Amino acid sequence: MSNHSHEEAGTTSPYAARIRAIEALLLEKGVLTEPEVQDSIAYMEARSPANGAKLVARAWVDPDFKELLLADGKAAASKLHMDPEHPAEFIVVENTPEVHNLIVCTLCSCYPRAILGRPPDWYKSFEYRKRAVNEPRAVMRDFGFEPPEGVDVVVHDSTADARYMVLPMRPSGTECMDEEELAELVTRDALVGVNVPRSPSRTSLG
Amino acid sequence: MTFEPGDRVRVLPSEKPGHVRTPAYLKGKAGWIETLIGEFPNPEELAYGHSGLPERPLYKVGFRQTDLWKDYRGPAEDCLYADIYEHWLEPERGTK
Repeated sequence: MSNHSHEEAGTTSPYAARIRAIEALLLEKGVLTEPEVQDSIAYMEARSPANGAKLVARAWVDPDFKELLLADGKAAASKLHMDPEHPAEFIVVENTPEVHNLIVCTLCSCYPRAILGRPPDWYKSFEYRKRAVNEPRAVMRDFGFEPPEGVDVVVHDSTADARYMVLPMRPSGTECMDEEELAELVTRDALVGVNVPRSPSRTSLG
Repeated sequence: MTFEPGDRVRVLPSEKPGHVRTPAYLKGKAGWIETLIGEFPNPEELAYGHSGLPERPLYKVGFRQTDLWKDYRGPAEDCLYADIYEHWLEPERGTK
């Protein structure tokens, strides 16, 4: 039995015990090898919301890249040397002064893992999955964001073979910031749409 | 392709058991075809070790939130998109 930790939380749950038992069986029967399991964990841990932040920051400074990101998310990710290999489509939806987007998967926990890694625990919770579709504005309020008057809220339920990420609007007061500084403003929550990027005044640029 | 963007459609109120990718809250609800996402092996077959072939068209379907929830609290323009396989959709009667 391996000694790696699959999840920071929930390792004593019946599901975690079941996963460990299945893993032990797969190893024992030679279906998987320990290095393969480790490689798979390393693959997932190499992906993080920082990838999404890079895509967003590039789109903010480069209109051609933004066009590509919205038209073909996988091609855009490949251009920044990310490896979006996954059979599912990777679709990026744009926030505008008229529309704010929110991503959920009501059926399970579909998330653009090939780009962003594992979803946060709250994204997988029954509460988020239920409330995001029927009271999205209340959910955003809980995350500290209130869409301004006149902005329509659009929810994307990832029910099948597409994975979604939000392209947030560039915050005001960031005209003098470079791409790297801009990426620092883009949080995981903003990529799911429960919030918007940090404003520059709230960020230490170090 | 059976449907074009803008077509009015209704999600079948089917109770088909097993691994289906159509959420219960959309069954029987009417909306519109936004885009064709692509064609993919049928997840209802894939889940049980079959090939899922032939591939099925998958559409991004739009719904008005106020058509989904009677007590929806938000502007009438708020909407929801879900990805629905063609075999779960029928033309909405009485419209285009």
